[in-house]
Amino acid sequence: MNKADAVAVVLWIGLTMYAVFAGADFGAGVWSLLSASGDRGRRPRELIDWALGPVWEANHVWLIFAVVVLWTGFPSAFEAVFSTLFIPLSLAALGIVLRGAGFAFQHTARRARGQALAGRLFGLASLLTPFFMGTVVGAVAGGRVPVGNAAGDSVTSWLNPLSLVIGALFVATSAYLAAVFLVSDAHRAGAPDLERYFATRALVSAVVTGALAAVGLFALYRHARFVFDGLTGDGLPLVILSGLCGIGVLVLLHRRARRGARVLAAGAVTSVIWGWGVAQHPYLLPQTLKISAGAAPSATLTSILIVFGVAVVAVLPSLALLFTLAQRSFVEETSRPGPAGREA
Amino acid sequence: MAFTLGFHIILASLGVALPAMMLIANYIGLRRDDAAALELAQRWSKAVAVTFAVGAVTGTVLSFEFGLLWPAFTGRFGEVFGVLFAIEGIFFFLEAIFIAIYIFGWKRLSPWTHFWTGVPVAITGLGGAFSVVAVNSWMNQPQGYSPTSGKVTSVEPLKVIFNPAVPYEVPHMILAAYLMTGFLVAGIYAVGLLRGRRDRIHRLGLLIPLTVASIATPIQFAVGDSAARAIAKHQPIKFAAMECVEQTHSDVTEYIYGRCTSSGVKGGIGIPGFDSFLVGWSTGTQVTGLDSVPADDRPPANTMLHWAFDTMVGICTALIGLGFWLGLGWWRKRDFPQTKWFLRATALSGVAAVVALECGWIVTEVGRQPWIVYKVMRTSDAVTHASGVWVTFGVILALYLLLGAALIVTLLAMSKRWRSGDEEDVDVPYGPEPGPPPDVATEGPA
Repeated sequence: MNKADAVAVVLWIGLTMYAVFAGADFGAGVWSLLSASGDRGRRPRELIDWALGPVWEANHVWLIFAVVVLWTGFPSAFEAVFSTLFIPLSLAALGIVLRGAGFAFQHTARRARGQALAGRLFGLASLLTPFFMGTVVGAVAGGRVPVGNAAGDSVTSWLNPLSLVIGALFVATSAYLAAVFLVSDAHRAGAPDLERYFATRALVSAVVTGALAAVGLFALYRHARFVFDGLTGDGLPLVILSGLCGIGVLVLLHRRARRGARVLAAGAVTSVIWGWGVAQHPYLLPQTLKISAGAAPSATLTSILIVFGVAVVAVLPSLALLFTLAQRSFVEETSRPGPAGREA
Repeated sequence: MAFTLGFHIILASLGVALPAMMLIANYIGLRRDDAAALELAQRWSKAVAVTFAVGAVTGTVLSFEFGLLWPAFTGRFGEVFGVLFAIEGIFFFLEAIFIAIYIFGWKRLSPWTHFWTGVPVAITGLGGAFSVVAVNSWMNQPQGYSPTSGKVTSVEPLKVIFNPAVPYEVPHMILAAYLMTGFLVAGIYAVGLLRGRRDRIHRLGLLIPLTVASIATPIQFAVGDSAARAIAKHQPIKFAAMECVEQTHSDVTEYIYGRCTSSGVKGGIGIPGFDSFLVGWSTGTQVTGLDSVPADDRPPANTMLHWAFDTMVGICTALIGLGFWLGLGWWRKRDFPQTKWFLRATALSGVAAVVALECGWIVTEVGRQPWIVYKVMRTSDAVTHASGVWVTFGVILALYLLLGAALIVTLLAMSKRWRSGDEEDVDVPYGPEPGPPPDVATEGPA
């Protein structure tokens, strides 16, 4: 593997982390949006707030990381993607702003109406960002992003069947991840009713996600043959692994076994993302820009790898500390939702 | 982008300096077993949480804007300056993690452990500020890449990171962050004191930040002075625009305010020869004028630039005076001056410091125009070719206004609740439970 490929791997790690962790955050927002209004939906929403509070910002930083690695390591790809796809990316950014604001001000809005509004904003934002990120991926996979400053069509590049299907797939995947994570969180909070609540939703969203993935494969076959061939060629083991992980989660949820469900769900998403990476290789933008052609000068690539090494040494232990403290409830904010029955 | 940056710079400054204030209060609280100081630390940690959250959001939008608005700039030079942002990413990441631990850890961690989880927040804030400002420095003093025209094929990262503008731009910005935060926070408590809330929390809330800011201000004056001299040497046109120097000559008059015209400064107070003296310690020093370059290589809005520069320097000078006032009071009575006028001045200093910060930002950004990378790439060549991007930009702009308003309302609501003692209802974003942390209150310093 040469240096440019190594940086592409770093980029993919950033994207994977963002997709898994922030994806779960966004998915939780979707469940918050879908929860019943008023008192009935309050307990699931409380659980979501309680589980996400301490970790969502750190999760979010992965996006900045990925964006920076992209523009430093592969500036021409960055230029092409961000200028041609400015509409979906602006809308994704809008989602991020709304979501951050919804989160930051949710608890501060004292009146019930203000809280409900903030909650809806958060939920709406949670649809925007994954959906439009998905359309961006669809546009890249479909080869609709030519190199240059806004060289592609600003509308049809992302407003096409493939992009829309992948956008929907991203939303469903986020919701699925979130539901699986929330089952564990509900257990940690000691709320068996919420465990069942989110287990049901995990099952439903797993089926929807699987169906959308099948539609997505078909759309790739029609509109992005290069990536489809890659997924069914070199990337096939990863696609199969993803499917197996997904089935494993279903089995675990069905048997009420919590251990391992989160890891398997994250594994299912991770292996698809890497399958996509393998399928695209050696292209950054399929069939127009190769990784080696789009890469920055050697010294820059070396610096990125050094910075990434430092990040692994410095950030990962801190992140592990935060997650450990959060999981052991050493850091928490809002009161956790207790067993059902105490309120209502 | 100008607007979002102007907004972000305030939040980022708070993010850099407010954790330091919070830790000082926390330290005093633990050392002296001072409940009021701990209460302050806790309140400030909540403010840090909200501003950091909003700052994180605006920061993300900024990273998007590099592509949405300036794809050609990032496309060509991303590989040169990008590493700095990658470094910044690490600092930001660590900051986010430790802020979360500190804020959520009030209740459960032991007091000194908790204090030490806050220390990385202040340090990473400094590191992050270094990386980001170093990028801006590089845009003013680009080096470390070749060839200078066309596609960059080789980069020397160390030369990029430690470019010649770093030694003055970075300390200038970090000091500005401490200065602005210090005066702003002190100003807020001064208003409280003026309204008759003379409890220990308000007195400490004024004293801690004001002391920090008063120490930072004279240093800032010296750093700013050397920055101006460096700019006169490295970016003479920017300096000429700041000082309204039309023709290259010696014995240049220093004008305070006044209107810049092509035939010299109209109005304003002139000090003959002083501008030359400031640049080279002698009235005989030659100062490069705007006429040394063609008209379209000069910064626009000359008068505004000049006013922004003078306002920044003027405010800084006045703030030094305020610092002396505080020092005098402390020297005589071991307390800040107890007069209404001192409190009024402090309250005003908060607003003035924000104005000075924005003025400084205008000077460095507008002063660099028409270049995005000084003498290498014009701003007009960096902009996106996508039409309609301004519509989405307008939407983001409107959102920022809402975000700013929501932030201020939130902070006001928080302070109102603290004041009314309606502690039970305090439920800020990821804030700790209200009231002094029980473990700290009962165990005291470990």
